[in-house]
Amino acid sequence: MYYKSTSYRLFTGLNYFILLVASVLCVLPIVHILAVSFSASAAANAHLVGLWPVDFNMESYTKTMNNPNFGRAFLVAIERTLLGTFITMAVITLAGYALSKENAAFKSRNAYAWYFVFTMLFTGGVIPSYIVVRNLHLMDTLWALVLPGAVQVFNMILLMNFFKATPKELEEAAFMDGAGHFTILFRVYLPLAMPAIATLSLFSIVGNWNAWFDGLLYINDYRNYPLATFLQTIIVQQDFSKLNPDVNELKNISQRTVKAAQIFIGILPVLLVYPLLQGYFVKGIVLGAVKE
Amino acid sequence: MGMSTTTEALTPVRSGVKAKAGSFLRRTWPLHLMLLPAVILQFLFGYLPLGGLVIAFKDFKPYDGIWGSKWVGLEHFKFMFEYPDSKQVIINTALIAGFKIVCSIIVPFVFALLLNEVRRSSVKRTVQTLVYLPYFISWVFLGGILNDMLASDGIVNSVLKSWFGLEPILFLGDGTWFRIVVVVSDVWQQFGFGTIVYLAALAGVNPSLYEAAEVDGATRWQQTLHVTIPSLAPIVIVVGTLALGNILNAGFDQIFNLYNPLVYDKGDIIDTFVYRTGILNGQYSFGTAVGIFKSVVGFVLIVIGYRIAYKLADYKIF
Repeated sequence: MYYKSTSYRLFTGLNYFILLVASVLCVLPIVHILAVSFSASAAANAHLVGLWPVDFNMESYTKTMNNPNFGRAFLVAIERTLLGTFITMAVITLAGYALSKENAAFKSRNAYAWYFVFTMLFTGGVIPSYIVVRNLHLMDTLWALVLPGAVQVFNMILLMNFFKATPKELEEAAFMDGAGHFTILFRVYLPLAMPAIATLSLFSIVGNWNAWFDGLLYINDYRNYPLATFLQTIIVQQDFSKLNPDVNELKNISQRTVKAAQIFIGILPVLLVYPLLQGYFVKGIVLGAVKE
Repeated sequence: MGMSTTTEALTPVRSGVKAKAGSFLRRTWPLHLMLLPAVILQFLFGYLPLGGLVIAFKDFKPYDGIWGSKWVGLEHFKFMFEYPDSKQVIINTALIAGFKIVCSIIVPFVFALLLNEVRRSSVKRTVQTLVYLPYFISWVFLGGILNDMLASDGIVNSVLKSWFGLEPILFLGDGTWFRIVVVVSDVWQQFGFGTIVYLAALAGVNPSLYEAAEVDGATRWQQTLHVTIPSLAPIVIVVGTLALGNILNAGFDQIFNLYNPLVYDKGDIIDTFVYRTGILNGQYSFGTAVGIFKSVVGFVLIVIGYRIAYKLADYKIF
């Protein structure tokens, strides 16, 4: 047995060390920012904080929570995440079911499939999309954030493959009992596809929460910014021109500990969803990659 | 249920099960209805912007509209190749993306091999949980964190100073350092997630190959060289060739959240350039032309990559 040899044991030790270092490196920046956010402002500004808070306090979080602009952006982000995830899942589930039918049963299937795949291969890009959204009078609305990216063709194909793998006998039995396509989808296919639906929903939640560029592009009034766009503007670009903050607010939001607190609150929902996601997605990806 | 009665009413009843199933299969209007929302959304946000690409050949002014603006032919494309800024931007993009592609193949591959040697599944799962995490965090937040950590008085510089006595390095203010930071932080964010595809392939290697090698007295290193790596070669080829299409995708989200005017000369890429000139400066037509150039190059390379993958690894998407 190779794993009983001395040299392999030596390798195992070294290997564990490398994996440990890599794993720690992946979370270290987040730990650092968390430590800064819970530290006293003076210590943070003097760069005394490493991986543990210095003079632990929650002041930066109270300041963040008391900032009405932050609260509003947080709510917009929740709204877009819920609405965006719901629309995406509804649209791709319905379309994925229809596309999962055999060509013989649904003659237009291939035409529809190409209609969608074509948009995966060719896209108009940022500027034409911007012009379309503006001409549809969607600028500065929540719809500009949730509609343009709603049809995720790749996920639609994953669901299609999942539906295809469902035994045909179930569908036929349901039909013999008098069910139509909608009943079959909602009563037979959906319950069986729940793991896939849950995985894709979690991905959609994370994607919507993290999206920031569409807000920058389609929203002019900072009061309609979702959180990621809001933080992009004030923390990364350090552009306060749209905010017109008073002197006190400006002092607060540019404080290092407050910035760290805002970043951490921005990451927090993803950290909360992550354990659920992690359990599912390896399975989900492997599952979608399997072709018949 | 309601649906079946209409089915029977509208189609002539033949005999037995076959006829009933046949009539059901021919009734496709519910399927068309199910596809309708996706079709409409994709028409609006997938196909209309494609039509909008004509402005690359026009001198688009918002007040004239797309149809009212006058045609200028290939003028914007000519300008792109003559204008020094845009040439530099294309070079930056290819350089940064090229390094990213190479690293994004090698690092996850090696890491997957190392992870595969871990026999305790609890350790394996913990490592996976930690290294996948950065992939799910938006570059807005990662950019905010890196801007803080890499500042001249940030934690990285203070560690370098106290451990090695180095002078502060302008990681995000010096062009060359900026490129290094971009590639390294991209590897940091993506390598964990990139291992998934290799781990899946490793799980599919036939165990009897290892058993046979064991019987022949092969060491673990020899098994890796002669069983594991050849088994993974096809998937590496597929990942690598398909990544060719990204040669002009240097990562908008990342660069936009890390760069600043100090590093535009070495760090500005096509996508950030298009956003600044096209949207912020209102040169819609020129920005669109640059975007088209990028898409065409990417598409040609994807087709070439796909053909190579098909030849070398017999890979098909459909």
